[in-house]
Amino acid sequence: MRFDPALAEMRFGYGLSPSIAPPLGLADMLSRLSGPDLMSQKYPIENYDQFTARIGEFIAARGERKKAKGTAGEKAAQKAMRRIVRRSRRQATLSLGASLLRRARTADAFRERLEFFWADHFSVVAKGQRMAGVVPSYSESAIRPFVGATFSELLKSAVLHPAMLNFLDQNASVGPNSALAAREDGKGLNENLAREILELHTLGVDGPYSQTDVRQLAELLTGLGTNRDGAMVFRHRRAEPGAETVLGRSYSGEFAEIEDIHAVLDDLSAHPATARHIAGKLARHFVSNNPDPDLVAAIEAKFLETGGALLPTYEAMLTHPAAWDQAGGKIKQPITFVASAFRALDASDRDLGGVDRNQLVQMVDAPLARMGQAWGRPLGPDGWPDHDSHWITPQGLAARLQWALMAPSMLRRGLVDPRQLVGQALGPRATETLHFAASAAETRREGVALVLTSPAFQRH
Amino acid sequence: MTRMSTRRSFLLRSGALGCSLAASPILTPVGLASAPGDNRLVVIILRGGVDGLDVVRPIGDPAFQSARPGLLNSSEVGIDLTGFFALHPALLPLMPLWTAGELGFVHVASTPYRDKRSHFDGQDLLEAGTVDLSGGGREGWLNRLVQVLPGANARTAFSVGDGEMLIAAGAAEVSNWSPSVDVVLSAAGLGLLRQVMAEDPVFARAMSEAVELAALDGDQVVFPDTHDGRMEAMVEDMQPIPRGDGHLRIAEFAASQLRHETRIATFSLGGWDTHRNQKNALKGPLGRLADTILALKQGCGADVWGKTTVLAMTEFGRTVRENGTGGTDHGTGGMMLVAGGAVRGGRVHGLWPGLDEASLYDRRDLMPTSDLRGWAAWAMRASFGVVRSELERSVFPGLDLGDDPGLML
Repeated sequence: MRFDPALAEMRFGYGLSPSIAPPLGLADMLSRLSGPDLMSQKYPIENYDQFTARIGEFIAARGERKKAKGTAGEKAAQKAMRRIVRRSRRQATLSLGASLLRRARTADAFRERLEFFWADHFSVVAKGQRMAGVVPSYSESAIRPFVGATFSELLKSAVLHPAMLNFLDQNASVGPNSALAAREDGKGLNENLAREILELHTLGVDGPYSQTDVRQLAELLTGLGTNRDGAMVFRHRRAEPGAETVLGRSYSGEFAEIEDIHAVLDDLSAHPATARHIAGKLARHFVSNNPDPDLVAAIEAKFLETGGALLPTYEAMLTHPAAWDQAGGKIKQPITFVASAFRALDASDRDLGGVDRNQLVQMVDAPLARMGQAWGRPLGPDGWPDHDSHWITPQGLAARLQWALMAPSMLRRGLVDPRQLVGQALGPRATETLHFAASAAETRREGVALVLTSPAFQRH
Repeated sequence: MTRMSTRRSFLLRSGALGCSLAASPILTPVGLASAPGDNRLVVIILRGGVDGLDVVRPIGDPAFQSARPGLLNSSEVGIDLTGFFALHPALLPLMPLWTAGELGFVHVASTPYRDKRSHFDGQDLLEAGTVDLSGGGREGWLNRLVQVLPGANARTAFSVGDGEMLIAAGAAEVSNWSPSVDVVLSAAGLGLLRQVMAEDPVFARAMSEAVELAALDGDQVVFPDTHDGRMEAMVEDMQPIPRGDGHLRIAEFAASQLRHETRIATFSLGGWDTHRNQKNALKGPLGRLADTILALKQGCGADVWGKTTVLAMTEFGRTVRENGTGGTDHGTGGMMLVAGGAVRGGRVHGLWPGLDEASLYDRRDLMPTSDLRGWAAWAMRASFGVVRSELERSVFPGLDLGDDPGLML
């Protein structure tokens, strides 16, 4: 297999950049991924501890304001409250800007794609005030550090994370025969997290599990929850007593411990159905809607052979010839489309780092929602649809065109010459027709939009 | 923003879609003349699993109160419908329709989906209209309906909104539009765009349809010159989607199409997955559902509404007993809402299975007493004259249509 640097950037990264060189070869690509995470240092995003401290301050400030009502301190408490609300808004803007800059400025774009892939596989929706705006911090703390680890480490990090426990109602689930249920009537079991672990995160919906396995896993998980400070805790009083049997194996003795939950997650990670599920998802996400079965089999075999070690698993995909098939790459999802356009336009720290909230909403947030992919707000725990047919609809395409006409001139003063953009965005992939269209456009604005909405640019 | 959206709303409400409509190549007089009949069908997918028991409450069933001690602990049991059933208070705005015979319900109906209780599979099966998902489930039953309608064209059926509608996907051409998208280009730019897209048929097709649809929703697509500031004004018309009224814009757009050539419209409403604190969590989605139906009625006008059937259906019902967190978990048997001038409203259709433990499905869920697809099939038979064999073989393969359940007037 001959390494194709431009295709590597397009298919496994965020496309070509006029100022950042593509990886030199497969070894270079993988060593960038296993090396230090330069982008998270350069463009920091609030981690979960910082997030939860900020929300804690907000809750405290709200309490203070309530207490101060009608006293001399009311005004000051009001002011303190507003300050922290402003800070939270600013934080949301900063993390969106940083996410885009990482994608636009990185020499290790595969890492960014992988973070998106896994954050999507382990999708979380922010629910409730304690978790408002948690998604970027969840991804930063629970997903990003583990994209090169083992699948079982990643699984445990994601599904035991407070944001996930909160999203899938684990926080409220109580063992029907637990000490707490005996004392407080009306508390009970909630199956949501257990079901999604089996259906979405590990075995897959066609996997070999039954409703009884869902129920048993839900009982095994009952001790899990988050405390008032937003940290994960194991609460024995809520845990269902006695052993539970999941996929024929018994877990926990008389009283469950967190180690029992780790054990079942490790076993699920090592299950052949999980290997098949993950291999298929990787191949469908990066390569094709209908991937070569041989490619999937190679990924699956490596996943099983290495106990779910992710770097060798990716390598199995990247060394397979089918992954480099030139014909008809997948269509970029809207977030990838927007980020790769910024990369092609050579967006700088100044262009994206210092913008204010309204501008970012207009330039990125609202258009993404129209393209069908609201930033950080997937529809449910199964994340975004991965099939091209979902994204290539009339309104989805129209929204991309609308964005391509508008956003580049919001990014900075002075638009790039469309004739130059063809080369820097598409390199060898630019067609004669596109070269002609870019030179024939009446305005730079329309020329740039033509390049960015061209099929060649919209495909990986 | 205000200026533009006001103009759009005005166009939609007044029906002044004139010039761009006439310019559309698909809307030839032949197309208009051969449209399949004059009746309308609207299918709303309620995503997340609606708790039918809380929407249409069987207060006459002795086991109901004890299964729902937390959800029903107030004095208010709902608005009386039939003596046996009471309506969730959040649907109060729809009571005039009930009284007028334009609103009814089906209890207890479900798709053939059983046991795994996954939203995603449940919705796929609901929209695929098949017995199971072994066929891949990438084709929806509304699409298959269009396939068997004589004289159907690309505007006969419309899927509206940003989300994917599997129910409308398939071999027949179905229009697809979200009222929140505007396209603005110069005439020359549009020509170049067509050339660039022509290199990839998938893109070419979607884009030419997009340009057409963008004109249909009341906003001009092509501006004769790009220097008079109007195009800039349109380009600056960029605001976040108004989350509060997205459902109304969808309903208004759907109604504006139904007033003309479109016979079938579909879209979805979410927010029904009430695992926790259902008492509050259900109010918002139900309020939006009520607003949506009223907006459809108003947007269609009395004449079209009189020929309209609205079916609002969900992937499954929820557990009979409330869970430990003031909510309900994924269940089986569910409820369907029907509305419109063409339905026999003012009644709760279907057989009531009872709530004692022996009558439940899997000792936890409401037992389905009918196949959801059967009701939809009878609605299609009445609305479009589709024959029994086509309904049982093509639209809902493997369905036994049975006797007319009397859903339609």
